[in-house]
Amino acid sequence: MTRVYVSSVIPAPAANVWRRVRDFNGLPDWTPFVAESRIEQNQPSDKVGCIRNFTLKDGGRIREQLLALSDYDMSCTYAILESPMGVENYVAKLTLTPVTDGNVTFAQWQADFDCAPDREAALVEQIGKGVFQAAFSALGASFGGR
Amino acid sequence: MARVRESAIIAAPVEEVWHWLRDFNSHAAWHPAIASSEIEGGVPADTVGAVRAFTLTDGGFLREQLLALDDDARELSYCLIEAPLPLHGYVATIRLLPVTDGGQTFWEWSSEFSPPPDRAAELTALVANDIYRAGMRALERHLRRDDPARIRVQRAPMPAPTPMPVAVASGQSARAVVMTAHGGPEVLEIREITAPDPGPGEVRIAQSHIGVNFIDIYCRTGYFDLLTPPGVPGMEAAGVVDSIGAGVAHLSPGDRVAYACAPTGAYASSRTMAADLVVRIPDWLDSAHAAAGLLKGITAGFLLHDVHRLQRGENVVVHAAAGGVGTLLTQWAGALGAEVIATVSDEAKAQVASANGARAVAIGRGAEFLDTVQRLTDGRGADVVFDAIGRDSFANSIAALATRGHLVSFGQASGDIGAREIGPLSSKSLTLSRPNYGHYIADRAMMTMQADRLFAAIEAGRVTIPDPVLTPLEQVAQVHDDLEHGRTTGAIVLTA
Repeated sequence: MTRVYVSSVIPAPAANVWRRVRDFNGLPDWTPFVAESRIEQNQPSDKVGCIRNFTLKDGGRIREQLLALSDYDMSCTYAILESPMGVENYVAKLTLTPVTDGNVTFAQWQADFDCAPDREAALVEQIGKGVFQAAFSALGASFGGR
Repeated sequence: MARVRESAIIAAPVEEVWHWLRDFNSHAAWHPAIASSEIEGGVPADTVGAVRAFTLTDGGFLREQLLALDDDARELSYCLIEAPLPLHGYVATIRLLPVTDGGQTFWEWSSEFSPPPDRAAELTALVANDIYRAGMRALERHLRRDDPARIRVQRAPMPAPTPMPVAVASGQSARAVVMTAHGGPEVLEIREITAPDPGPGEVRIAQSHIGVNFIDIYCRTGYFDLLTPPGVPGMEAAGVVDSIGAGVAHLSPGDRVAYACAPTGAYASSRTMAADLVVRIPDWLDSAHAAAGLLKGITAGFLLHDVHRLQRGENVVVHAAAGGVGTLLTQWAGALGAEVIATVSDEAKAQVASANGARAVAIGRGAEFLDTVQRLTDGRGADVVFDAIGRDSFANSIAALATRGHLVSFGQASGDIGAREIGPLSSKSLTLSRPNYGHYIADRAMMTMQADRLFAAIEAGRVTIPDPVLTPLEQVAQVHDDLEHGRTTGAIVLTA
């Protein structure tokens, strides 16, 4: 099992950041790499079990299923059902935590998955930097960060 | 059961912060409240079950036991065994996480305990502020002392209280902006005036920061009959009480205070006024932000709670959402669970509105705005529109509303709305409100309620007073010109 962990400080109150990221169908609104997204079978995007079907700007298509959503903990857990990345048993969790000193947000994104050993380093780089960090950087910038 | 949770970003790597925290006996070295500490029985400090016995700088004696220590999760828990305060059943947890993209540490310190009900608020504040917040900042300073090159970006420190001027029998001389006539910014002149010694029920304030509001423009032009020239405009300021008159019980000399109310007279370095509507500022709020946020924040507060009782899930339009009141309305409405559709005049302001938590932002208030409202409300329209634009937005604010919607018209930055027919409101059963700030802070009880609600919202993070632009009192004419012509974002504060 391989783990990727990325965290960042978003310069806005956690409730504001959570409003942006809790929409499981909202990736095109805040990540720089998702072109379009839909929820399969017309289900609400906060129905646990719903599947988002989205297209990356580079053309790749990914299907992910919402496994858990908590407005109390401000966290969202999902699994990849189908992707071009070559990962198995991929489960990721995005969590926001308030930073009371300064009223900003500590954001964490973690993924665990299996893959071919020779692909591990490249996937860690791609998921950690190309996906999670790129999304956090865009999210931070949208709230006025650097 | 009381719960406390405090957290901070510490400018040091997580390994370094954990190195100190995992040592259950290190707190005497860095926590300002602790004078000395030892582990009972001489066992190693990372032995689960170890008891630390320690003395506070105020003489109090406590014993705490390590319940769990986890080097993998960087988490530890401990409980109180003996304490001079009734923190019954106190169990606390410290956990650290790395901020991978900045090299800092996220530190969360939380606890649960059962205080006597009448002391819950006091003990919760004591644990949160004096133990956790103070401790987190102190350890960071302690680490920085080891490495002076490491500097943490932090908020401006609280300014020291202004030294109290010696009271003189004939009043206090002050610099003030005097409005010589109704008219453009050129009618504002800097003059020396005297703030008289306070009479019964009055207070004199050494004012460090003065809030600038759009109502000051209306006052200057004569649109509102607030001041007959010559006189000093301005309705909002913060500073330090320098003397009080007979019968003033809620304030004392030296108190940090602010006000946001009529009559005018705020544009001055010292002012004597009725004490009724003057409120004390919480310790954690600096005077600049108090002067920037009191009038606008109270306005946002009564618009969202009293004029319209905002419900979770309602669709709310906020015009001029990057402006002073618009910023706070957008944040607060979002925090109350509403979906905010913001309007702004340009792209830069759109980013501000978005950062304030608006779900969607329209540039301009024309067809594109109406389309946005229709799209985001599935064609129903908005439940409430907060409109301080006035003439130019009135028609489309009405058009954007849902059936039984509510137009709250609380300003007219683009010009007077003029005479309107009320008949057409029935086509959607609309409600129109035209609130006046003064009626929502009419006496000390109302003012205190509004100010407390605002301070609580700020403290809870529901609203954040943006850092104001600080400008010397002498540049007031330019400030008025910029504000009148929409060239400002956020709040402007004059420094006296």
